[in-house]
Amino acid sequence: MKIKWVLLAFLSTIVNVLSGCESLAVLDPKGPQAQTQANVIWLSIAIMAVIVIVVCAILVFVLTKYRDSKLPKDYEPPYIEGNHVVETIIVGVPILIVIFFSVVSVISNNKVEATPEGYKGQDPLVIYASSSDWKWHFSYPENDIETVNYLYIPTNRPLEFKLYSFGPITSFWIPQLGGQKYAMSNMVTTLHLAADESVEMMGRNANFSGKGFAENTFHVEAMSQDKFDEWVKEVKETAKPITEVRFNELLKPGHEGQLTFTGTHLDFSPAPEGENAGHHHGSSDSNANSKGEHMEHDHKSSNSKEKSPHKHE
Amino acid sequence: MGFFSRFLIPNPSPVIYSSMVAIGVTVLLIIVGITHFKKWFYLWSGWLTTVDHKRIGIMYLISALLMLFRGGVDAVMMRAQLAVPDNKLLDSQHYNEIFSTHGVVMILFMAMPYIMALMNFVVPLQIGARDVAFPRLNAISFWLFFMGAMLFNISFVIGGSPDAGWSSYFPLAGNEFSPHVGTNYYMIGIQIAGIGTLMTGINFLTTILKMRAPGMTLMKMPMFTWSSLVTSIIIVFAFPVLTVALIMGTMDRLFATKFFTMTDGGMDMLWANLFWVWGHPEVYILILPAFGLFSEIIPTFSRRNLYGYRSMVASMVFISIYSFFVWTHHFFTMGQAAYVNSIFSITTMVIAIPTGIKIFNWLFTMWKGRIRFTVPMLYSIGFIPLFTIGGVTGVMLAMSAADYQYHNTMFLVAHFHNVIIPGVVFAVLGAGTYYWPKMFGFMLNERIGKWAFWFLTIGFCLAFFPMYITGLDGQARRIYTYSESTGFGPLNMISFIGAVLMAISFVLIVYTIYYSIRHAPKDVGDDPWDARSLEWATHNPVPEYNFAIIPQVNSRETFWDAKYKGHELFKGDYEKIHMPNNSGVPFIMSCIFFVFGFALVFSIWFLAIIGLIGIFVCMAHRSFEIDHGHYISVEEIKETEAKFRGVNKWK
Repeated sequence: MKIKWVLLAFLSTIVNVLSGCESLAVLDPKGPQAQTQANVIWLSIAIMAVIVIVVCAILVFVLTKYRDSKLPKDYEPPYIEGNHVVETIIVGVPILIVIFFSVVSVISNNKVEATPEGYKGQDPLVIYASSSDWKWHFSYPENDIETVNYLYIPTNRPLEFKLYSFGPITSFWIPQLGGQKYAMSNMVTTLHLAADESVEMMGRNANFSGKGFAENTFHVEAMSQDKFDEWVKEVKETAKPITEVRFNELLKPGHEGQLTFTGTHLDFSPAPEGENAGHHHGSSDSNANSKGEHMEHDHKSSNSKEKSPHKHE
Repeated sequence: MGFFSRFLIPNPSPVIYSSMVAIGVTVLLIIVGITHFKKWFYLWSGWLTTVDHKRIGIMYLISALLMLFRGGVDAVMMRAQLAVPDNKLLDSQHYNEIFSTHGVVMILFMAMPYIMALMNFVVPLQIGARDVAFPRLNAISFWLFFMGAMLFNISFVIGGSPDAGWSSYFPLAGNEFSPHVGTNYYMIGIQIAGIGTLMTGINFLTTILKMRAPGMTLMKMPMFTWSSLVTSIIIVFAFPVLTVALIMGTMDRLFATKFFTMTDGGMDMLWANLFWVWGHPEVYILILPAFGLFSEIIPTFSRRNLYGYRSMVASMVFISIYSFFVWTHHFFTMGQAAYVNSIFSITTMVIAIPTGIKIFNWLFTMWKGRIRFTVPMLYSIGFIPLFTIGGVTGVMLAMSAADYQYHNTMFLVAHFHNVIIPGVVFAVLGAGTYYWPKMFGFMLNERIGKWAFWFLTIGFCLAFFPMYITGLDGQARRIYTYSESTGFGPLNMISFIGAVLMAISFVLIVYTIYYSIRHAPKDVGDDPWDARSLEWATHNPVPEYNFAIIPQVNSRETFWDAKYKGHELFKGDYEKIHMPNNSGVPFIMSCIFFVFGFALVFSIWFLAIIGLIGIFVCMAHRSFEIDHGHYISVEEIKETEAKFRGVNKWK
C-alpha cells in the first residue's frame, strides 16, 4: 500500500517535470541547430530513463526479496562466481546502446558544425561576435554596422558567427538558437546558426570570465529580412561611426547598455584569423603601442576575403 | 603594489572579518588546550613524527573531515546566495572566491585525502603487510598534502583566495585579469599537495606489487586493493602533467613568462589541455577507490562473495587506460573539428560500459544474498540508483552536439555532483563507518548514522536534481546572481533547502562520532561486521605490527575461509618483527615547504631561497643518516597478543 503511493507520487512528479520541460529554453528551439540538439537530448533522456528504471527495478526486487529479516533463519547465501549468459547481457546491451549513441553523436556533430539544414546554398550573414570584459561586440561587415550587447538577426537566413575575445575565454550562447562555442583571444571559432521565426531571446556569455560575469548577457531579436534591412538603414542614418578611440574605451572592464555604431571595429582592429593567426604578437589591447605597426599588415592579409561582400554593396 | 598591501584581503566583508576572529580564537584554544593537558610530547612522538601507515591514515581522515566542513560551508553560502533572485548576501568577488575554493577544497583537499586515509589504513592490512613499502616517504606525502592544504586555506585570511574557478582557466587566471595573489596560492598550494599525492601513488604501487602475503596472487587480491593499485598507476601517469602545468602557470604569474598569455605567442587553450589531461583521470582517481570500497561493503552485508570478480578487475583496468583518452570532452566547445569531437564523444561514452558492468555486478552480488541494512550498506544501496542517474547524464553530456547546450550550465554542475557525491562521498562516509571499529576500537552509533544518511540522500536529491532543469532553462554556472524574470528562483530555493539538509547530515555525522565516543561499548571484537577480507583478521584496534604472524592466503576471501571453511591463516611461531623508526624530518621538511610556498606566493625572494636551502638540507640529512629501524621482541609480541586473546582464534 505504502509503496503504491510512493510509486504514484514518483510517476506524477515525472509527468509534471516532463510536461514542464516544454518551456525550458534549450527544449524550446527557435532554429534548426537548437532543434537538432533538442532532439538528441530528448532521445538520450528517453533511452537513459529506461536504463535507470531497469537498474532501480532490479535493486528494489533484490532488496525486498533478500533482506535479512525476510529470510529463513538457516538461509546461507550461495557462492556464485558469475554466469556467462548474464555477463554477456550486461556487457552486450551497453555496447549496443553506446554504438547507437555513437552513430547519433557523429551525425548530429556534423549537423551542428555545418550550415543548418534547409539553409544550404544560401549566402550566410557573417557576424563577428567578440567579447571584452564584460560586453559583447557584434560587427556586421556586410552591413558595415556594429552593436554592443544586443543582436538583431534576420530569420530564414543562415548565420555564421565568428567568435573571438579581447580578454578571458568566453562562451557565446543563445540557448534557443543553438549551443555555445568558446570565444578566445588568439583564434576565431565559427558557429553556424539560423532562426526560423521572429522572436526575442536571451543570449549570454556562458564561460566564467571574472567579476562582471553574471551580467554578461545580451538581447537577441530575430526578425524578417525586410525588418532587418529597415533596421540597418535606420542605424546607418542615425548612429555615429565607431572610432578606434571609442572602441578602446569600450574594451576597458565594465558594463555598458546597448550601443549602436556605423562601421565596424574590424577595420582598425581585425579579428585574429587567417593564415597569420596566432603570429600577431601584439594585437591585443594590453600591447597598444605595437598595434599601429601591425594594423595595415593584419588588415590586408587576413581580412580581405571577409570584407569583399561589403565592398560590393 | 606595496609590500604590506599584498597581505591584505582585496575585498573584505564582515563575514570574512568574523571568520578571521573565529579562526584565531580556535587556534589559540587548541594551543592552550594542548599545553594545559601537557600533550605536546604525545603529539610529537605519537603523531607528528609517526611513520605508521595506520596513524597516517587517521591523520588523513581528520584533515579530510576538517576540509569537508570548510568546503561544505562554502557550498551552503553559495546556495544561500542563489536561493532568491537579486540576492545581496555575497558580492560577486566573494562568490567567485567561494566557488573556486569550494571546488579545489572538495576535490583535492577533502575527497583525495579521504581516499588516501582509507588506502593508507586498509591496503597494507588487506594484503597482509606490516607497513607500506616506503614508510617515511608516506609520512612526507601526508605532511606535504597537509601543508599544501593549509597554505591554500590561509589564502582566506591573508592576501585573498583564488577567484578564477577550480579549473583556473588562463588568461583569466593570469596577472592581467587576476592581479591579487589568490591564484598564486592556487598554483603553489596544489603543487605542494600534488607532490605528496604523486609520492603516495609510487608508494602504493610498490607496496601492492611487492609486499603481498604469501599466496596472494594478483587475482586473489581484494577489490579495494585492486582499485588502489589501478588508482596508483593513474596517479603516477597523471600527476606529473599537473606538476608541469602548475609550474608553467606559476612562472607566468611570478616570472612573467608567456606560456598561457593572449599575446607574445602564449596559448590560453594550452592550460585547458594540460589541466584536463590531469583533471579527467583525476576523477577516476577518486571514483575507482570508491568502487573498491563498495565492492568490500556490499559483499560483507549481503553475506555473499563478490559477483563477477574477473569482470570487475577487467573493467577497472579498462577504465584506468581509457581515462586518458577522454579529456577533450571538457572543451568540446573550443572549436575543434566535428571529427575530433566525434572521436572524443565516442571514447567518453565507452567508459559507461565498464561502469555499467560494475553496477550490475553489485546488483547481482546482493541477489540471493542475506542483506543487512547497516549504515555502510545504506550508503552503498543509495549509491546505486543515484550514481546510475549521474552516469547516464554523463553519457548525455558525452554527445558533443548536445553538450553545446549543457556546457558550462547548471546541468553540468548537477551531473558531476550527481557522480561525485553518491560515488565518492557516499563511499568514503560508508567506508568510514565500516572501518571505524578497526581504526578506533568502537562502533559508530547506527541510529544516528541512519538519520545522517537519510538527511544526506534527501538533501542531495533536493539540492541537485533541480539544477538539471535550470541548466536546460539556460542558467549558466558560476553566476553569482540572476534576475527575477529568468524564473530560476523557485528551483534554486529548493536547491538551497537541499543544501541545508546536507549540512544537517554533516552535523549529525559529527554528533555520531561524539555520541559514540561517549556511549559506544569499547569491546566489539575484532570482526564486528562478520566481514570477508584479511584486514578483519587483525586485532581491534590494530597493533603497531599489524600481523603477529604473516598470514597464508589461499583464496580471494581467505579470512572468510579461515572462519567458516577451516583454512589455517596463521602458521608458525612468533618471530621478532622489524619496524621503521619514527622521524621528525618529514614534518620539519614539510613545514619548510610551507614557508617556501608562502614566500613564493608573496614573492619574498630571500625567504624562498632560505626555504629552498632548508628543503635540500633535509634531503641531504637523510642521505647521511644511518637508521636501521628497530625490532619488536618476541616477548613484547606475546604480551600484546595475550592482551587480545591470541592470534590463532580463527582456527
